[in-house]
Amino acid sequence: MTTRIIFAGSGGQGIQFSGKQMAKTGMHVGMNVTFLPSYGPEMRGGTSNCTVVISDEEIGSPSTNTPDLLVVMNKPSFDKFEPKVAPGGIIFCDSTLIDKKSERTDIKAVYIPATELASDNDLGGFANVIILGQIIKQTGIFDFEEFKEYLLSNIPATKTALIEKNEKALLLGYGY
Amino acid sequence: MSNKVLMKGNEAIAEAAIKSGCLYFFGYPITPQTEISEYMAKRMPKVGGLCLQAESEVAAINMLMGASAAGSRAMTSSSSPGISLKSEGISYIAGCDLPCLIVNVQRGGPGLGGIQPSQSDYYQATRGVGHGDLRILVLAPSSVQEMASLTAEAFDLADEYRMPAMLLADGALGQMMEPVDFSVFPKRELAPKTWATNGLKNHEGKKNIINSLFIDPNELENSVIERYKRYDIVEEKEVRYEEYLTDDADIVLVAFGITARICKSAVTELRNQGIKAGLLRPVTLWPYPKKIISKLADHAKAFISVEMSMGQMVDDVRLAVNGKRPVYFFGRTGGIIPSVEEVICETTKISETL
Repeated sequence: MTTRIIFAGSGGQGIQFSGKQMAKTGMHVGMNVTFLPSYGPEMRGGTSNCTVVISDEEIGSPSTNTPDLLVVMNKPSFDKFEPKVAPGGIIFCDSTLIDKKSERTDIKAVYIPATELASDNDLGGFANVIILGQIIKQTGIFDFEEFKEYLLSNIPATKTALIEKNEKALLLGYGY
Repeated sequence: MSNKVLMKGNEAIAEAAIKSGCLYFFGYPITPQTEISEYMAKRMPKVGGLCLQAESEVAAINMLMGASAAGSRAMTSSSSPGISLKSEGISYIAGCDLPCLIVNVQRGGPGLGGIQPSQSDYYQATRGVGHGDLRILVLAPSSVQEMASLTAEAFDLADEYRMPAMLLADGALGQMMEPVDFSVFPKRELAPKTWATNGLKNHEGKKNIINSLFIDPNELENSVIERYKRYDIVEEKEVRYEEYLTDDADIVLVAFGITARICKSAVTELRNQGIKAGLLRPVTLWPYPKKIISKLADHAKAFISVEMSMGQMVDDVRLAVNGKRPVYFFGRTGGIIPSVEEVICETTKISETL
């Protein structure tokens, strides 16, 4: 079983963080993983995307034109990647930032107002983590408790506020 | 859990170099390999080594020559345009019979080109890395694990044969993250560097001279011939490659580095579709695995060289196949990674003509 995921949005939304967290957790549970970031001017703002492949087999290509899962956090990313999702795949849209809907019938579309949920719950900057919670819920790719514990364990124990916010955001996304 | 850590390819090179006893790094920043310098700047002082950002690539390669002449394990890294600048120094290092590691995390060219991944420095690495009759070892990793393991191997090979080694990677391998395990590298038994110019007290008062200038043509010819004897041993003993489903393959894809992984995915899918495809992945680009390609040409009906260039390695495939079978080429260039679907499409088209 191989899962190819593209995360796409704007610089600063935590696109790379989300991708890395999925890859790290995959490695943590003993899967093969690759994380391929966009690099160059994107690192200084503008569009940002990354590709994560998680598999129980050896991974060939670390890039994909047909992701099984797509996370989009801005409109240009929706326009660019939505047509590419593999049939049977799932697209996760931050519906606060994207007012479009997918017209495809061969994929599942999940709309979550992650940015709004974040600002309503004093979680500014954690919209990406809210979406991560929803991904785990929809796909079951990782056990939620294991995913949460591992994510939180990667944050230095002294940063209690950061741990609390990540946990709250994950639970909010998982429960949505 | 194992000893695996999730790391960028560039970081894996730097950590592997330090773990292999490299104590001197001379660099100059250029995308997409700057993480090597960054990592070295952080780690080298902690292991008693030196990371120096030179004023230019030319300065860095000449500092590397000095460190190597003094008997130290040393390296430099850059990306395509920067390697061109180092060209003169690499030739001098080869002419002086000095070991060192040069990392090229390739980007698109020519000129300043772009910053996205490419394999279009194949000719440069294997043919024209500097002026004069010379060869350098060229190793092509295709995973972050190999970015580390081949860095370690390249240092050992360079020391054993007293010649420069190049790790020829690309921007995708440099930037991507994958689990890497540093506990598994084999080490070679190496002779002490009795030739090093590290002070008379270290070689019983005997003068060591490192030089690449020979005014007398007979003397120069002899020195080159002696060096080529070593190259012959390298070609005999150090060829490395990986085969995937080549035993019964009708059509053999030949690809290195990141492209080989894309081809491996394509081969698996082609087999599902009933097309007998296989993959030969050269790990050493010099010495090139020509014997195995020649052997595969006994039963394979055609070869396709798949590259991120306009077709460079395809020349070596043709030389190895030597007219026995048709050799095709497929590639993308300018910083574009070919997709699995494109490789499947090209291979299918060619297999229909067989």
